[in-house]
Amino acid sequence: MAKMTLEELRNLRNRVQGDLQKRDIEGKDSRIIIGMGTCGIAAGAKETLDSFIAALDEQGLTNVSVTQTGCMGLCYVEPTVEVIVPDMPNVIYGRVDKQTAKRIVEEHVVAHRLVTDHIFDRPAADIIKKDGGK
Amino acid sequence: MHISLSDYLLDIVQNSFEAGASHVELTVDEGERMISCTVADDGKGMDEATQRRALDPFYSEDGKHRGRRVGLGLPFLQQAVDAAGGVFALESEVGVGTTVRFSFDRKHIDTPPLGDLALTLSTLIAHPKAQHLLVTRSRAGSGSYTLDRIELLDVLGEFETSGSLNLLRHYVASQETDLHAGNEE
Repeated sequence: MAKMTLEELRNLRNRVQGDLQKRDIEGKDSRIIIGMGTCGIAAGAKETLDSFIAALDEQGLTNVSVTQTGCMGLCYVEPTVEVIVPDMPNVIYGRVDKQTAKRIVEEHVVAHRLVTDHIFDRPAADIIKKDGGK
Repeated sequence: MHISLSDYLLDIVQNSFEAGASHVELTVDEGERMISCTVADDGKGMDEATQRRALDPFYSEDGKHRGRRVGLGLPFLQQAVDAAGGVFALESEVGVGTTVRFSFDRKHIDTPPLGDLALTLSTLIAHPKAQHLLVTRSRAGSGSYTLDRIELLDVLGEFETSGSLNLLRHYVASQETDLHAGNEE
């Protein structure tokens, strides 16, 4: 891979934005939140994050929000990921390695089907707000 | 304990963001003999008592996680440095900021591998609390590159959607790949 300049990056960005304006926006309002506390990092959360971005790119989804947060209180099943997709229940997935991240994109985000063998919880009781974090 | 030096960096630079730093400078230098890193921030800083407690794995800043008594970021790093006979220094002043410096002997058997630094750097740039993050990465015999979060923000617009994050990760990975190819500009 040749070293990319800021100018080349800007051109790529403009091209991606052009593509976005052309088509109906799939993935809009979907959010993926990855636990990136010490526990998450130790369990490989940055590779999980990378796998989400790569899988979303493979699906041609450029407008899914992917953000990092701290520990969600489920340190025993890190990496943990909260997935919010319109018309789907909000889910906390646990033990999300690279392959599971890819599955979550293909099944939950795209096909609107839960990845049931990795569902753990809403956030732990000491993290959620009184309204359940909604 | 973390697997790689990159994971330790990812962990402790987050401390700077969470300490309200508006300016964070990260340097990663791979010398002939040592790998040296510095994280300098202008966050809220710590008094001497807090600095000591920050190195205690059973201390976490009040309010970060209500009811919890564990804070492993810096203690993990210090333990890894100690195990590999490296150097670790924490300097901090309330209201001024905190600087963490550490270095590892590349030849020591217990020195963790560097790991995926490009991925760590793009993850840090995209951190929701990051403001001005300046990264200087150098490698003996093959040159250096810098990353300026403000500059990248100007180019990409935001670091939240999958499209921008994908471009960011390709950009940072290309800098790192180029460094390993030894092409000085």
